[in-house]
Amino acid sequence: MEEGAGEGPPQLHLMTPLLEVANLAVAYTSRTGGEVAAIAGASFEVRAGETLGVLGESGSGKSTLAAALLRLLPENGKIQKGVVLFEGQDLLQAEPRELEKIRGGRVALIFQEPALALHPMLRVGQQVQDVLAAHRTLPRRALRERTLELLSSVFPADAERISSSYSHQLSGGQRQRVLIAQAIACEPALIIADEPTASLDPTTEQEILSLFRTLQQKFRLAMILITHKPAVLAGLADRVLVLYAGRVVEIGPTETVLGSPHHPYTQALLGCLPPPIESYANCSKTNLPVIAGDSANLALLATGCQFEPRCAERMNICIKSEPATVGLSNTHVVACFKYGG
Amino acid sequence: MRYFLRRLMQASFLLLGASILTFLFSALAPGNYLDEMRMNPQISADTVTSLRAQYQLDRPSPIRYLRWVSSTVHGELGFSFAYNSPVAPLLWVRAWNTLLLTLTATLLAWVIALPLGFWGATAVGRWPDRALSGTVAALLVLPDLLLALSLMILAVRSGWFPAGGLVSVGFEALSPLHKLRDIVLHMTMPVAALVLSSLPILVTHVRAAVTEVLGAPYLRAAAGNGIPRRRILVRYVLRAAANPLISLFGFSVGALLSGSLLVEVVMGWPGLGPLLLEAILARDLFVVIGGVLLSTVFLVGGNFLADVLLYWADPRIRIGRT
Amino acid sequence: MLLLHENGPPLLRAENLEKRYKGARGRGSGESVTALGGVSLSICPQTTLALVGESGSGKSSLALCLACLEPLTSGCIWFGGRDIAALDEPHLRAVRPQIQLVFQDPASSLSPRLTATEIVSEPLLIQQRFGKQERCARARGLLERVGIPREKAGQTPDEFSGGQRQRLAIARALALEPKLLILDEALSALDCSMQAQIANLLLELQSSLGLTYLFITHDFPMAAHLADEIAVIDRGKIVEMDASRQIVRAPKHDVTRRLLAATPGSFATTPLLRVV
Repeated sequence: MEEGAGEGPPQLHLMTPLLEVANLAVAYTSRTGGEVAAIAGASFEVRAGETLGVLGESGSGKSTLAAALLRLLPENGKIQKGVVLFEGQDLLQAEPRELEKIRGGRVALIFQEPALALHPMLRVGQQVQDVLAAHRTLPRRALRERTLELLSSVFPADAERISSSYSHQLSGGQRQRVLIAQAIACEPALIIADEPTASLDPTTEQEILSLFRTLQQKFRLAMILITHKPAVLAGLADRVLVLYAGRVVEIGPTETVLGSPHHPYTQALLGCLPPPIESYANCSKTNLPVIAGDSANLALLATGCQFEPRCAERMNICIKSEPATVGLSNTHVVACFKYGG
Repeated sequence: MRYFLRRLMQASFLLLGASILTFLFSALAPGNYLDEMRMNPQISADTVTSLRAQYQLDRPSPIRYLRWVSSTVHGELGFSFAYNSPVAPLLWVRAWNTLLLTLTATLLAWVIALPLGFWGATAVGRWPDRALSGTVAALLVLPDLLLALSLMILAVRSGWFPAGGLVSVGFEALSPLHKLRDIVLHMTMPVAALVLSSLPILVTHVRAAVTEVLGAPYLRAAAGNGIPRRRILVRYVLRAAANPLISLFGFSVGALLSGSLLVEVVMGWPGLGPLLLEAILARDLFVVIGGVLLSTVFLVGGNFLADVLLYWADPRIRIGRT
Repeated sequence: MLLLHENGPPLLRAENLEKRYKGARGRGSGESVTALGGVSLSICPQTTLALVGESGSGKSSLALCLACLEPLTSGCIWFGGRDIAALDEPHLRAVRPQIQLVFQDPASSLSPRLTATEIVSEPLLIQQRFGKQERCARARGLLERVGIPREKAGQTPDEFSGGQRQRLAIARALALEPKLLILDEALSALDCSMQAQIANLLLELQSSLGLTYLFITHDFPMAAHLADEIAVIDRGKIVEMDASRQIVRAPKHDVTRRLLAATPGSFATTPLLRVV
């Protein structure tokens, strides 16, 4: 085995990433005609079988990131530059036909809001079958059987009944399960899930997350799990990417990023959660630590570090220029001047 | 099913109400069929009085209404003074002619409007859509009367199409194929006028319905699942855009009898239009009531049809939450 | 401070509230859905009662019924010495200003055409309190009170971020100087950092204005953080109600245990459940 340019431990070279995103930039045209940068130069990778958690609040560009990877941005969104290398192919250069094959075939995307992601006037079984039919040439009967099989894997008890139901007859958790059945229909290598549990209550959320866990193990799926709740990622993600105002501010193993975060934003974000139940002492009615100021507004980006206006540790340099990413270890990267960026 | 029965009940009450109202309004309006005779010095006052008795115009309104109802139950719809015959057979002939015209026109308009609107919606903002929108807007501001008149002028000047009427003189002698050709030629101009006047509204609605659906998240989700664009357009979009279009379709069925009156009068098509116009001018009361009632039947029927179609097409109406 | 109130009479006491909706399916078939099946609870002045439950447990029906926005099927709501559930509309009008609601999604409860100042002064206008100048002055004061910057007072809600919109909704709810604020999932749609800000604001307003809160949520940690007492609701019934500390430390009912089990632990200690 030949040594590369000398960076990183040798075992990384054996493992080509499944997905490699380099320098991705996405902008929206606003109603007034101006351009709003939603993602500015994001780079990261996902290895086969690995789950990458993307943590970001509103305005972080997390849904834009999900849509951009498969070129499913709304009309006014445009990918300005970058490379999205999936299994060796740049998805940003792929022909529409090839893209249709990859979407739902090799890479499945679970959109936000299961209530809106299913067609209201088609039976959900039919919608699962449509995904299969788009990627596999099978006789009708085989399609129908495979559809029921898929639905049984997420609804062990009543796949038949669910299959002939319409979206409005299902609960939020059930709809999410249907979306998951669609996503795994063609045994993809990667699933991108955008806020899969945002609209669910905690009990259902736990059910869906444990379903994801089962799928990871069963199919050796790689996943990009996008959420605004750090709690969703604990126990599910191998690594966590923190997004703020369209910038990747921190990437690292989950234990590191959630357990001992380094970027001031990650630190502040994790700090402002209410204390976990097991460490609850008494209703003290004390104030929670907060991140000062309002959430990031992509339309009003200034020069310098985007988090600077809300940062408790801001320095002079933060106003003038944007920090570059610094490797704190082989696996942990932070974009902050505090660490020399 | 209970829902449909209730709708049917409502419809019959509506018809009853419409007939009473028309009756009431014509009773309130000054004058009656015999007024013109009374002005005529050649007809004696005695004759007019005896005619009054014969037509029962001397009876109080409620009695006349009840008599009309009983004649309607017998399928006569009252009596026409001008034609000296029961109203029903008069209306039937004319209604068939009108239906022949409007059914053809409505079908044609929908067949043209659906793809046009669809196409405009998928190309929003690009030149095909702009051109379409411009044409539609131009047609929309053009008054129907002007449209009909200019088509008439075109027909007369070019001589390609007969101007007015349903069939040519000597129609009976023609072979079946030539008969058909003759009718088609006569229909062309009125149908063109009707299609052109209803097309802009239909295209606008189809385009709006499809545009609204095109932004729906479930279409993006379908695209995200790799479902081919053509299949998304044909299956997903059309299904989702159906509701407002079905309502509109019900409306255009409802207008089958009343929508073409102006065009019929201008182009001399022997449908309900000219008949009703004459009847109104001559105060031929029961013909007017019959015409109004027939239009109401179609309006109610069109809405009912739309309801049935909606029920069939939309599971959210058909099946409640469980 | 707190103990004084705990022994005093409750601000609001609900007895055996029942709410049934006519079935959506059976038109006139007499089928009905029970949203609340005999709920009793009381809230002491200047304290917070958190109502925790899953979606569909009857939380929101209870909120609407307590605010007298939905008629009850049966039951009494004692507030200010009378049963407000038995009042007719004209009398209710005098009570309503004292109980205000804040919803989960501020975007849908704020008129998009009015400016922030207009939104906050609108309740005063409807109740015909004060002159125009005074109303505006009060609205501006309230906006400042909830932390909306002065330059935003003339803007419409769509120019506000999610957190600011919720601040605006709170300012509007405070305009009529209510005694009880019903917060129906008021923090649920917000980001973590915004939740913390609004939670702090609620605490600050409570201590300075002497407000009483009914905090409806499915977020157990936040409920435990904000509330003196917690009531757990399941299928239209309160299954457990006690001091927050008791509920969290020693949950008695299965539903409470299930809800507690579904809350996230601290991340540092949660092990990754699989081997990579």
